[in-house]
Amino acid sequence: MDNWQVGFVDYLIILLYFGFVLGIGFALKKQMVSSEDFFLSGRSIPSWITGLAFISANLGAIEVMGMAANGAEYGAMTAHFYWIGAIPAMLFLALFMMPFYYGSKIRSVPEYLKRRFNEPTRAFNALSFAVMTILMSGINMYAMALVFKLLLNWDMSASILVSASVVLAYTALGGLTSSIYNEVLQFFLIVAGFLPLTVLGLTHVGGWQALSLRLPEGFCHLWAQTAGTANPMGIDWLGIVSGLGFVLSFGYWCTDFLVIQRALAAENLAAAQRTPLIAAFPKVLFPAITILPGMLALALIPELGSNSDNYSYNQALPLMLVKFYPPGMLGVGLTAMLASFMSGMAGNITAFNTVWTYDIYQSYIAKGKSDRHYLWIGRLATAFGIIISIATAYLVMSFQSIMDYMQTIFSFFNAPLFATFLLGMFWRRTTPWGAFWGLVCGTTSAGVQFILMNQGVISYCSPMAGNFWRSTIAWCVCFFTTIAISFITRPKPESELQGLVWGTGPKGDTSGLPWYKQPTVLACLIIVATLACNLFFW
Amino acid sequence: MFDLRLPIGYFFLTVSLILVAYGLICPVETQFAGGKINLNLDWGLVMGLFGLCMAALAHRDKSCSQDRFDD
Repeated sequence: MDNWQVGFVDYLIILLYFGFVLGIGFALKKQMVSSEDFFLSGRSIPSWITGLAFISANLGAIEVMGMAANGAEYGAMTAHFYWIGAIPAMLFLALFMMPFYYGSKIRSVPEYLKRRFNEPTRAFNALSFAVMTILMSGINMYAMALVFKLLLNWDMSASILVSASVVLAYTALGGLTSSIYNEVLQFFLIVAGFLPLTVLGLTHVGGWQALSLRLPEGFCHLWAQTAGTANPMGIDWLGIVSGLGFVLSFGYWCTDFLVIQRALAAENLAAAQRTPLIAAFPKVLFPAITILPGMLALALIPELGSNSDNYSYNQALPLMLVKFYPPGMLGVGLTAMLASFMSGMAGNITAFNTVWTYDIYQSYIAKGKSDRHYLWIGRLATAFGIIISIATAYLVMSFQSIMDYMQTIFSFFNAPLFATFLLGMFWRRTTPWGAFWGLVCGTTSAGVQFILMNQGVISYCSPMAGNFWRSTIAWCVCFFTTIAISFITRPKPESELQGLVWGTGPKGDTSGLPWYKQPTVLACLIIVATLACNLFFW
Repeated sequence: MFDLRLPIGYFFLTVSLILVAYGLICPVETQFAGGKINLNLDWGLVMGLFGLCMAALAHRDKSCSQDRFDD
């Protein structure tokens, strides 16, 4: 089968998409009156929208291109990112952590740290989060530039500038609401763009059984070969469960303001709790349109994984698009990729502008200014964040795999932060200085390990195994340092912990809700579906 | 704030029109399950149906809330 070329009709669909995205931004501009409208959507959005935005903000380059690349490189084991990683963490966030986040009326995750601990802990987290979001935003621009260079022969810098301009326009105009609304549109577009690819690819190879015969041994199993490290990912079950299943996933889904911000925009506590649960339903099924195309690409494109840039694992998905989609559908597939990159980028930028404005600018640079001033600063921060993201897009180019780059960042920032949150929310004795030094030591330990690995002092079976173990160690360093220092420093009085620690917080009264809106019922359904997936692909 | 289902519905309907028209004018056959399909036409129709549902739901809820307001 020859590869298809992009035609006029494909450009037409891309242009149409840009038009709608910008139109949503313009339509919402008038309603951005206060800083709360701009940064928190006035806490007025229904849960089906925040739920789909929650998953879509995470559906950036990493999820779409990175997961397909990992599917081609590691096979079905990549689904651990979903079925042992994301899903349990999303359920934990909804059932146990969301009442604190939403109930305490905080505006950002660093603000929770200030109220639970102290100002230095908030400052450390705000600064590290601001750095992390900008680094992550760059990934999406880089991925988009890579795809456009391959498929449209566009100059990489031109692609980066075009995508940055569109995201800047709609986020600066409509703030978080514009970002959330566009993320929902992007969610449906991503499904519409990639679902036929999986169906066509799978029927082309003759179904799942036929695919497993065409792939290397162990590529179609999740757990069967994880007793040792002799599996495609080079990591055993303990490393998967501790590094990915516990530290990295919980660290990301339960503490990353990028996703939590979507839930904070919900209309009430019950809707905020439902946000990650609604997101978890499609998340269980997403390996079918993210990982499976990568595995199919490995079976159908013999050159994939060779040294050539055009056939690196990162190109698995674009190569599948040009193989199966004729002009027309190719435009839909390309627009779906664009949508995923833009939603990932906009999600990071809206989280960045909120943390910058509330937790850095308002707290340390210019206190007591008018609300209008902070709204203006938020728009300025959006532009500033995008300009810095452009620079980080070039930094990503030095990494071999997008996923390795992302997990490296998470192991630095999210893994130790999860230990801080776990202790802060569930152990009253945790002291402000215990949390601060635990966070500093955990992040530093991840940095030291990264340097030692690059110097060859310590080594792992694969870069991914290195990320999992580095995260686990960073989490442990933060966890035990926090406990040790908490025993020798003064805790906050009980009166200051109301609504911030387990046992003192608001409990969402869900008794009046129908069964399909009850968080526990939804969580049980998701657990059954996730267990079924783990067993089926064992 | 406006009903998000409207722009989603209109976007999918417009893309659907483009795909269906292109599928009819320049038909391309894609191998599928032992036979051949016109992917642009078939998937265009599916996307159109989805867009229609979204737009229809938004309009229905808008007229319901308008009726309540009038009462």
